[in-house]
Amino acid sequence: MRGLWKLTWIEMKLFLREPMGTFFTLVFPMMLLFLFGSIYGNKPTSFFGGYGTVDVSVPAYIGIIIATSGLFSLSITMASYREQGILRRLQATPLSPHAILISQVIVLFMMTTLGLILLVIAGKVVFALRFGGNVFNVIIAFILSSFSIFSLGFVIASVMPTARTAQIVAMVLFYPMIFLSGATIPREALPQTIKQYSQILPLTHVVTLMRGFWIGDSWSKHFTEVGILSALLVIGVIISAKTFRWE
Amino acid sequence: MDDVSFEVYEGEIFGMVGPNGAGKTTTVECIEGLRQPNNGSIQVLGLDPRKDSNPLRQRIGVQLQESTLQEHIKVWETLDLFSSFYPKPVDWRSLLEQLGLTEVRNTAFKKLSGGQKQRLFISLALINDPELVFMDELTTGLDPQSRRVMWDLVKGIRDRGKTVYLTTHFMEEAERLCDRVAIVDHGRIVALDSPENLIRSIRAENRVIFAIEDTIDLQRLKSLHSVTRVEQNGERVSVYGHTEQLVSEVVNALTESGIRFRDLRTEQPTLEDVFLTLTGHNIRN
Repeated sequence: MRGLWKLTWIEMKLFLREPMGTFFTLVFPMMLLFLFGSIYGNKPTSFFGGYGTVDVSVPAYIGIIIATSGLFSLSITMASYREQGILRRLQATPLSPHAILISQVIVLFMMTTLGLILLVIAGKVVFALRFGGNVFNVIIAFILSSFSIFSLGFVIASVMPTARTAQIVAMVLFYPMIFLSGATIPREALPQTIKQYSQILPLTHVVTLMRGFWIGDSWSKHFTEVGILSALLVIGVIISAKTFRWE
Repeated sequence: MDDVSFEVYEGEIFGMVGPNGAGKTTTVECIEGLRQPNNGSIQVLGLDPRKDSNPLRQRIGVQLQESTLQEHIKVWETLDLFSSFYPKPVDWRSLLEQLGLTEVRNTAFKKLSGGQKQRLFISLALINDPELVFMDELTTGLDPQSRRVMWDLVKGIRDRGKTVYLTTHFMEEAERLCDRVAIVDHGRIVALDSPENLIRSIRAENRVIFAIEDTIDLQRLKSLHSVTRVEQNGERVSVYGHTEQLVSEVVNALTESGIRFRDLRTEQPTLEDVFLTLTGHNIRN
């Protein structure tokens, strides 16, 4: 156990030393908030059901943070650790192999959470962010969404042979997802056909779920999202467990 | 690997030497428990690496071929991290000192020189005070000076009572460092003995080479007891023979005949010659 905590602590420091990961997880979502917040403000409008632009953007941006951590940071880190023989070196110690995977999940989940906290604080302080939901529900939805997208990141790390190919696949999935899922552009502003097709993107369900719970929707209204994300989580874990290679 | 069978004795430096692709790393990884052999049996410190990999990992130290660490991890963090994996680690601060890494303790892994990286990997291999240390291609990619530093380090590890198992494709390294050497080629052990015995076994000739300014009576050299043959190429003369007295006999004969010579040197057969003799090909190709 001591090994797991020490590894997690070091991986946390290493994450913060990598400027790209830190920027996209912690800084970039806030930049988006300031940019669109200053353009549209946060006045309640009927277009967003009585909420303002910032009110609906913050839960959607949480989707961007989750996707950045899960698709980029997680898959590239694991694939490059394998490629560089770091996994193998750790495997030659008595440390449980799972500790390496668990420490990555802990670090990225904590960084995702930190990104969320910074975003919410910035929204509250600068744009008087409104919250109409149940904090407990939002936390559960956030955990489910994170682990579900992380499992997709593990599948990429397991199936792709190198860090380079993992990065390419992560990009191919990431960019359509953040633009079509409603994470950056509100779903209300997307054409009907795109709204339909974007249902196949996992991040669409993350954004719908987070936004719904943010304004106080009940669980019964979001069975579809919860079901799809839970299924993705289970399938992702099974595929990675079967295909993950240490070298 | 095929039909490979050998024993490593406690407290020795055992070397497995052979060209790249001969199967050295495969063998060592099976012994470390990182790879599953198809069949056969392995026992390391009384344990089976296939079944008891965890207790075994606590008692062995491993330096892997072509391994790296996280780019931004600092030297002291690496040692601190790896010591947390073992129940009774040694004090990593003293390891830092012993391996000359104190000055770079706050340096990130990617900024270390090749020699510093290898010394860090050695310190990681020693962090659990192992009984047996594996080193796979320890000096590959290092400059000659760092290589010599590594050799002294490895000898120091043995002198502290640990057993060292190393693989290398440098014949000179095996000859200088190992107490016993297994020569492998195409997945088989072709010879296993001390470097001295291996060299003696091929009965290769010693050679005395010198240059002369005047003419020389080769017949007189040929008649010497130790000499098997003599070759002259311009002013350069090579005298071949088997015995240890070859040099003194040749020098005496030259002095007695009043022949002036210079640049005298001797050439003994090396492990390289052993490899060539046993496999019929040079290790480098």
